[in-house]
Amino acid sequence: MKELSLHLLDIVKNSTAAGATLVDISLTETADHTLTITVADNGRGMSPEMLAAVADPFTTTRTTRKVGLGIPLYRMAAEQTGGALKLESTEGVGTTVTAVFHLEHLDCPPLGDLPGAMATLIQGSPGADFRFSHSTALGSYCLDTREMRELLGPEVPLDAPEVFSWVTGYLQEQESAIHT
Amino acid sequence: MKSLEELKAIREQMKKQLDIRDQSDSNIRVAVGMATCGIAAGAKPVLAAFLQEIDRRDLRGISVTQTGCIGVCRLEPVVEVYVPGQEKVTYVKVTPEMVPTIVADHLVNRQVVTRFTIGAAEQEEKA
Repeated sequence: MKELSLHLLDIVKNSTAAGATLVDISLTETADHTLTITVADNGRGMSPEMLAAVADPFTTTRTTRKVGLGIPLYRMAAEQTGGALKLESTEGVGTTVTAVFHLEHLDCPPLGDLPGAMATLIQGSPGADFRFSHSTALGSYCLDTREMRELLGPEVPLDAPEVFSWVTGYLQEQESAIHT
Repeated sequence: MKSLEELKAIREQMKKQLDIRDQSDSNIRVAVGMATCGIAAGAKPVLAAFLQEIDRRDLRGISVTQTGCIGVCRLEPVVEVYVPGQEKVTYVKVTPEMVPTIVADHLVNRQVVTRFTIGAAEQEEKA
């Protein structure tokens, strides 16, 4: 994974695969160049045993083969920058994954194409809702698919190509407004 | 600046097209592999290229979906095209540059782009 946004895309797919109907994704960059990425979902959650084992690459729920690399790669990316990964989960309630990155660390991957990653997530799970927020020292913005649904009405699904193009363009503008 | 209000315009525009879309019984499905392996190999820009090309050409009756890992991680990004009444076609090592060709030749004109398929890739590996 060359970009943090690709890691994010990968791990949020775990939330929708766990049956989440709402995923809250927040990125917070502070003045000391620390980035905290939080993904909180209302999916089915994990048992304490699964939670303890999930960062092991040889743990997966899939049946086709015995490896699962999403969480292990994400944890490695965070730890390589001197950051950390924290997993909290309650069965039947949901899971929260918090990752801390030190952006100025030599081994920190670039944030990358965040608008594209978010547009991809929304397009890939049109049945789920996402609340996405990003804040830096320069400002912040938020996009909520529940608000989008209200405006789009029942005629337009969130996976329509027109919606994908709009989300990408909208987030690109929002991103440039909070970065120099 | 783009605003949420623009979504209303998309809604109005799509309402008009809804009738036409319902009549077409030949819905083509494009499935892009978006598991960890697909993402790491560059599936995200491929998915974006399909959606942008379909939006740009204003094509109807094509749905683009994201799917998991089909087990040939070494050939990712993998894209599967389902045309009703025809055998599934699997494209491998797809790049955004290949997408306009697949859209024009296969999705519009129903001609499989054989050189991009898994069959062609396996022939090459044997040679």
